[in-house]
Amino acid sequence: MFDDSNIIVGLEIGTSKVCAVVGEQAADGALNIIGLGQARSRGVRKGEIVDPKQAEEDVRNAIVEAESMAGAEISNVYLGVTGGHIRGFNNRGVHPVVSADREISNDDIQDVVKNAKAINLPAENNVVHAIRQHFFVDGQDGITNPVGMLGSRLEVDVHVVHGNTNRLQNAIRLVKGFQIQVNEIVFNGLAASLALLSNEQKELGALVIDIGGGTTDYVVYVGGVIKHTGVLAVGGDHVSNDLAYGLKVPLSRAEKLKLEHGSAIVDETEQGRSVTFTNELGLPIKTINVGHLQRIMSLRLEEIFQLIAQDLEQAGLCEYLRAGVFLTGGGARVPHIAKLAEPVLQMPVSIGQTNSISGLKSALDQPEFAAAIGLVKFGSFKSRKPGGKSSLAQGIKGAISSLLRRS
Amino acid sequence: MKTNSEVPDAIPETAPRPAVKIFGVGGAGVQLLNALSAEEFAGAGFVGINTDAASLAASSATFKIHLETKLLRGLGTGGDPERGRALAEEQFSTLKSACDGANVVLIIAGLGGGAGSGISPVLARAAKETGALVLAFVTMPFVCEGNRRQQQAQQGLEQLKSVADGVICLPNQKTFKLIDDSTSVLDTFRITGGLLVEGVRGVWRLLTRPGLIQIHFDDLCALVRDRHSESVFAFVEASGPARSREAVEKLLAHPLLDEGRALADADAVLVSLMGGKDLTMADVNRVMEQIGRCCERAQIIMGAAVDAEMKNKLSVTLIAARNCVAKNEPSISTADSPEQTVSSGATERSAGGPPASSDFSQRADKLSALQLHQREQAVSRHGRGRRTANKLLQTQLPLAIISKGRFDKSEPTIHKGEDLDIPTYVRRGVSLN
Repeated sequence: MFDDSNIIVGLEIGTSKVCAVVGEQAADGALNIIGLGQARSRGVRKGEIVDPKQAEEDVRNAIVEAESMAGAEISNVYLGVTGGHIRGFNNRGVHPVVSADREISNDDIQDVVKNAKAINLPAENNVVHAIRQHFFVDGQDGITNPVGMLGSRLEVDVHVVHGNTNRLQNAIRLVKGFQIQVNEIVFNGLAASLALLSNEQKELGALVIDIGGGTTDYVVYVGGVIKHTGVLAVGGDHVSNDLAYGLKVPLSRAEKLKLEHGSAIVDETEQGRSVTFTNELGLPIKTINVGHLQRIMSLRLEEIFQLIAQDLEQAGLCEYLRAGVFLTGGGARVPHIAKLAEPVLQMPVSIGQTNSISGLKSALDQPEFAAAIGLVKFGSFKSRKPGGKSSLAQGIKGAISSLLRRS
Repeated sequence: MKTNSEVPDAIPETAPRPAVKIFGVGGAGVQLLNALSAEEFAGAGFVGINTDAASLAASSATFKIHLETKLLRGLGTGGDPERGRALAEEQFSTLKSACDGANVVLIIAGLGGGAGSGISPVLARAAKETGALVLAFVTMPFVCEGNRRQQQAQQGLEQLKSVADGVICLPNQKTFKLIDDSTSVLDTFRITGGLLVEGVRGVWRLLTRPGLIQIHFDDLCALVRDRHSESVFAFVEASGPARSREAVEKLLAHPLLDEGRALADADAVLVSLMGGKDLTMADVNRVMEQIGRCCERAQIIMGAAVDAEMKNKLSVTLIAARNCVAKNEPSISTADSPEQTVSSGATERSAGGPPASSDFSQRADKLSALQLHQREQAVSRHGRGRRTANKLLQTQLPLAIISKGRFDKSEPTIHKGEDLDIPTYVRRGVSLN
């Protein structure tokens, strides 16, 4: 890690595209995006690799492009993972403080976190993240760093993200096949939230929804820590598929129509309008109704938000999201999507903007790249860690993946 | 019936029934016109319109219009609808005067060629301008006749739909179900022609026979108007004491109705019953009940009439119209009868092609069970119903309800028992249109 320590690479093997982002970390910690490579993804469905051969080719293309753009060799990456098998839940660990003076030491913290991570998971599942939330000292809530405090009983909440080991390994093995090290795997939704949210927004409470090609990942921050994560294996692909189904057009055509005429809300002025497309000779082959297109699309997207809203309601988190909802991923490009989401989620909804990263303007502006940029940011937190252990409290830094070490 | 202020002199009528003119347009139209016997359609004016003199010469039509310019050198339109259209536009006033005096104009044409596709829309417009109601009976070409003809036919159909009050369209391809390997080409066209003529006859009766439960021509037009897909029609006759049962049986087995699936799919169904003086209410009730059960969703318009000549006989004319999911769908897919779409659901699953309309197949499924039940009943009462019942059993294989297209082979996304891979609008039962 030391040879290229200032180069951080995020790799996202998504359903619609494979994307590698190269970031450079300056000595003062500021991140600069210097390279971006992407390739159309063909071997991935719903966020999971279904055709390793094709996926391998796409990953290679993306990495080569990123390398040539950044002018650096990629030797290790932070790999984004997602998929319907990924789940998140909260767990609490307890640890009695045994030292004579009752002062909480770093060892105590490590012990309590270890306890919190001792989770009874199904045998085939593995932890992706165990993200530390708040500490409790003798039942006192909301302590971010208890080192040096006095107490007899130390508790900690962790948010655990776990997934099916084999499915996670598929992506890792694929990357390792290129002689590239996987530093860590990161849940895509978490990565996207890192790219979008400022610390202040995390404190206020925010929901980040990353509508990707195959999955919709969402992460809830309350009081500066991650309280809830979720994956819905429904994404832009479903929209295209619905359109292909409803309008009776090939999938590729449906995809095109989605991009050209798609809208999250049904535009009344477009109701009767129809679009004719022609074959290579210019003869009309099919006419479709834009109103139908938008209705199909609107219903699907609305459903995605409804399912998320239901989930949040069950978790009882709706009241805490004062910063509102931030949309990202390719789905955030759909016109009027914020307008559709607002009444469903009953919160202010906006399109997320990547912040506190400088560099390629073209990459930073695109919602599709938020997750990949977030991976770089995640990496920057990690690589900064050895230098400054004092800033432990910065939310995500507690995230540890035991998976790689075990595998 | 809309009453036209100009009472026609050409067709003297004692009863206040509409003056009908039947136009055969193009080679196919003129030929089909010949098939309509003058006796049965007494009171109607027959007009043949073509660009080909030879075809008109052989026609029995009372009034013939030969559209001809020097440009064509007596060779007809050469299969170019644009020429046909240009010619018709040139002679617009002639066409208009031919339509003069009619309350109702029926246009019979075979679309796909030059004359049928080109002239009929212009004729329909001319007829509209004279104030007549226009109903067109058209055939779509066989798929094997080639893309160009299909496209021309489709264009013609669209144009016709935009001007005519109603278009009843018979894709020739459907008659494949009526023929076998040994049927000659001649017979095949006779069959398709026969079907079209039956349709005309049905409408004719609807218009002319005194109805006990009257169906207005307006009803008919409202039914077929703006339905941007084909309207299917069926005409069956049955006699004997069990005629009502037999009629329904025949109707459900009618190839054009896709063994009743077209009914399940229809948004609006018009049923006209015609019987002798011995037509009983029970007969009417039985027929309507059975039909109603097949098309629960549809709006049903029903009419009944008595004809003294039809002693001991019962004829049922049924027109079913369906609103297409996608408007202005090309005929290639509409002509590929709904039945095909449904039954190929299984193959589409594996092929991952664009899936069939699902509520469609679900309804077909629902119907099949129902139909089977009806069939069984019929079989138990009627020995001779057995053969059709067997045939039906074979076709009622369990169908793939919904093809999931791209997600066919991936793990389904099940959320609280709901398969999210299925389009939302399908699961919520939102109908497009």
